[in-house]
Amino acid sequence: MDLLLNSAMVNWSRAQFAMTAGYHWLFVPLTLGLAIIMSIMESIYVKTGDESWKRATKFWQKIFGINFAIGVATGIILEFQFGTNWSNYSWFVGDIFGAPLVIEGIVAFFLEATFISIMFFGWNRVSKKTHLTATWLTTIGATLSAFWILVANAWMQYPIGMEFNPDTVRNEMTDFWALVSSPIAINKFFHAVLSGWGVAAAFVVGISAWYLIIKRHVDFALKSIKMGAIFGFISFVLLAVTGDGSAYQVSQKQPMKLATMEGLYEGQAGAGLIVAGVLNPKKEAFNDEVDPYIFKISIPKLLSYLGYRDLNAFVPGIKDIIDGGYKLQDGSTALSFAEKKEKGQKAVEALVNYKVAKESKRIAEAEIFEKELRDNYAYFGYSYLENPEDNIPNVPITFYSFHLMVIIGMYFILLFLVIWFFGRKQKLQSAKWLLYVGLWSIPLAYIASQLGWIVAEVGRQPWTIQDVLPVHAAVSNLSSGHVLTTFILFAVLFTGLLIAEVTIMVKQIKKGPDEVYKNDTFN
Amino acid sequence: MITYSFLQHYWWLIMSSMAGLLVFLLFVQGGQSMLFSLAKNEDEKKLLVNALGRKWEYTFTTLVTFGAAFFASFPLYYSTSFSGAYWVWMLILFCFVLQAVSYEFQSKPGNIFGPTTYRAFLFINGVLGTFLLGVAVATFFTGSEFTVNKGNITGMGSLGLVISQWQSPWMGLEALASFRNWCLGLSVLFLTRTLASLYFVNRLDHNTLENRSRKFVLYNGIPFLVFFLIFLIWTLVSDGFAVNSETEVVSMEKYKYLHNFLDMPLVSIFFLLGVIGVLYGIFATVFNPNFKKGIMFAGIGTVLTVTMLLLVAGFNNTAYYPSTVDLQSSITIQNSSSSEFTLHVLSVVSLLLPVVIGYIIYAWRALEKKKFGLEELKTDGHSY
Repeated sequence: MDLLLNSAMVNWSRAQFAMTAGYHWLFVPLTLGLAIIMSIMESIYVKTGDESWKRATKFWQKIFGINFAIGVATGIILEFQFGTNWSNYSWFVGDIFGAPLVIEGIVAFFLEATFISIMFFGWNRVSKKTHLTATWLTTIGATLSAFWILVANAWMQYPIGMEFNPDTVRNEMTDFWALVSSPIAINKFFHAVLSGWGVAAAFVVGISAWYLIIKRHVDFALKSIKMGAIFGFISFVLLAVTGDGSAYQVSQKQPMKLATMEGLYEGQAGAGLIVAGVLNPKKEAFNDEVDPYIFKISIPKLLSYLGYRDLNAFVPGIKDIIDGGYKLQDGSTALSFAEKKEKGQKAVEALVNYKVAKESKRIAEAEIFEKELRDNYAYFGYSYLENPEDNIPNVPITFYSFHLMVIIGMYFILLFLVIWFFGRKQKLQSAKWLLYVGLWSIPLAYIASQLGWIVAEVGRQPWTIQDVLPVHAAVSNLSSGHVLTTFILFAVLFTGLLIAEVTIMVKQIKKGPDEVYKNDTFN
Repeated sequence: MITYSFLQHYWWLIMSSMAGLLVFLLFVQGGQSMLFSLAKNEDEKKLLVNALGRKWEYTFTTLVTFGAAFFASFPLYYSTSFSGAYWVWMLILFCFVLQAVSYEFQSKPGNIFGPTTYRAFLFINGVLGTFLLGVAVATFFTGSEFTVNKGNITGMGSLGLVISQWQSPWMGLEALASFRNWCLGLSVLFLTRTLASLYFVNRLDHNTLENRSRKFVLYNGIPFLVFFLIFLIWTLVSDGFAVNSETEVVSMEKYKYLHNFLDMPLVSIFFLLGVIGVLYGIFATVFNPNFKKGIMFAGIGTVLTVTMLLLVAGFNNTAYYPSTVDLQSSITIQNSSSSEFTLHVLSVVSLLLPVVIGYIIYAWRALEKKKFGLEELKTDGHSY
């Protein structure tokens, strides 16, 4: 199939979306987590009347505000980019994908944006309880917002509740609740929001540790670090639980992604989970005989258990998925790439023939083509792929991102546990090494959070919607020069704003909670 | 009773109302465009920035929701216009990114670029954002250069894979070659500046700024009226893009938009009421030095006028996003909407809109019990 597409344009469109999403997710996790932390702090203030909690709340609120502004700035570009750079996508699945986005706007974003104004400007204008309610509603709005976005994203990974309509040449929603209650959506929501909580906990702990190191704002720092450590420990343990859920769902719905995450080329029964490993750069093709690893440490049978809840289950590798022929969970035999491509082409041809027959009013013939289209539609997207390699995500990026993310996650469970322990023993201030570790661990939380999305999105390639529409068929009709120009424009803008944001935060943190509180009240 | 056609019309009504609300809320942008002219010293600038800074999120959220609602309810418009008029939309978005950080960052130490830069960002957003949105809406009446062929996605044709294809290499900027588009762009710009002036008259506890704002109501209200009347009259006497309800064939019809006003008397009445509201808001403020509620009349008037104008663009068998290079590619509420099932789902969600509007009104009022002055700013808790 001659797609007449400019691959440079496709790549710049991908780069632009990836860059915007990456920047967006630098700011959103902190707001998601800080929202909870400051809501809890304000609740304590309202309950006890202790002004020091109000001071702490206002300080973290200030940091929240700085992040919120740049978060929405990057978010608006993401939403509109579906239209600007992915116009085929927008028509082909807009009937389904648009719904969670508008619900997010109506139900969540308005809630957040409305009550955030009371949260920031209402301290002297509404009662304490009303203000607290506004703070919690801001938090709920931010969290609900994440939910609807993740419903949309989960649907791209596992498209359900839809049917292809050959008359409108698009997929149409048939079951809204299937989208909302998709196990992938629910799991993704908890996993992503918890990762935000984890980032915020690491941030609060790190900044508080710094105050303790320089012996400033000690009371505030102790309160914050203890709360942050408990909050962080719980978040990361739950992240491990939801991460396990993600791995299970990926193995069921996106086996190629799982194989790529593990660098697994040859499938195995009782496959082990790689704890750490180095990929062999000499491995150039999925079907060469080169060992994919230079070295690896793995836990026997664990991958089979995590993926299929069975220690001896067969986990297909990349080669198996391309070649097909292995037994699936439901007892059927997996199709090869070539067979899927053939079915995809049949679906496309049936669609073309259906349209011709319909226009000529040959209804009986059209019905036959429609049946053929439906029988093969599950593989529609394969018609756009040329070679088996097109169906394989980037293995090194997915593999290393996944393993690094898991290692950092485990590290944080341990770190928060130790800080919690030292806090209970009242020994935090004397354990300077631990405080430095807490401080320098902040970037790690951000890295882990970004890596999670890299695994989810790079691992889904080449698809925008799994098996239905590959990335290069989802694009708009643009020239690469136009997209390159906007890419540079936004790269410069976002980088400039990121630098400004970081320096503003550093200044605010250096000022400390007392100064921020004083300035806010008497400015 | 609730047919597919009803749902399509219902969602066009919602989109039109949302556009009306958005244009009203663009008073924030209008105010930003006057930061360097209405305010003469630092205190005055600070006051204006803070008065507007308490409202910018409403405009921003409405814009985001408006975009998402178009995506969900009329995805063919979303995919065609945003990809084709690429530069118009990218520039609009660029302006709004600048705005989103500028309030929060401008007075914070360490902001690198200095407060003047962030205020310049607000100015750019205020001028360019409103003007380009007006130009983009004008193309609903004047048309754009695109083709739509849903079959392209099979990759079997000779035109490539992409369904919506823009025919002008200027990717939307060619709209600037039409004076009629300029007229609506400029009328939106001056309308938002007028609304901002009315808002300042109503909100600010600052005599000098209030008096100056009254003059600005006139300075901006007159050009607004001139450009709006040129656009309106030109549109009424122009050919419009009519759709045959049986065959769905699009053709040019003489005085189509005038016919639409005549065929839909309720729309005409609300349109006139809206225009009267705007005029009353402007002239009562200019001629009566004690009148401060001009923003209410002009605000409601703006919502009504814009809503009705967009109903005229889409109702009564009219192509609301016409193609001038291939009439049959023109976008109508019938050929661009989501499926009946999706519109049903969205309609159920839309029942929540009164709740949303209710809490917005509550929050708005909660923060506006007193007028806003320099003293107020000092105890506000979160000044910019």
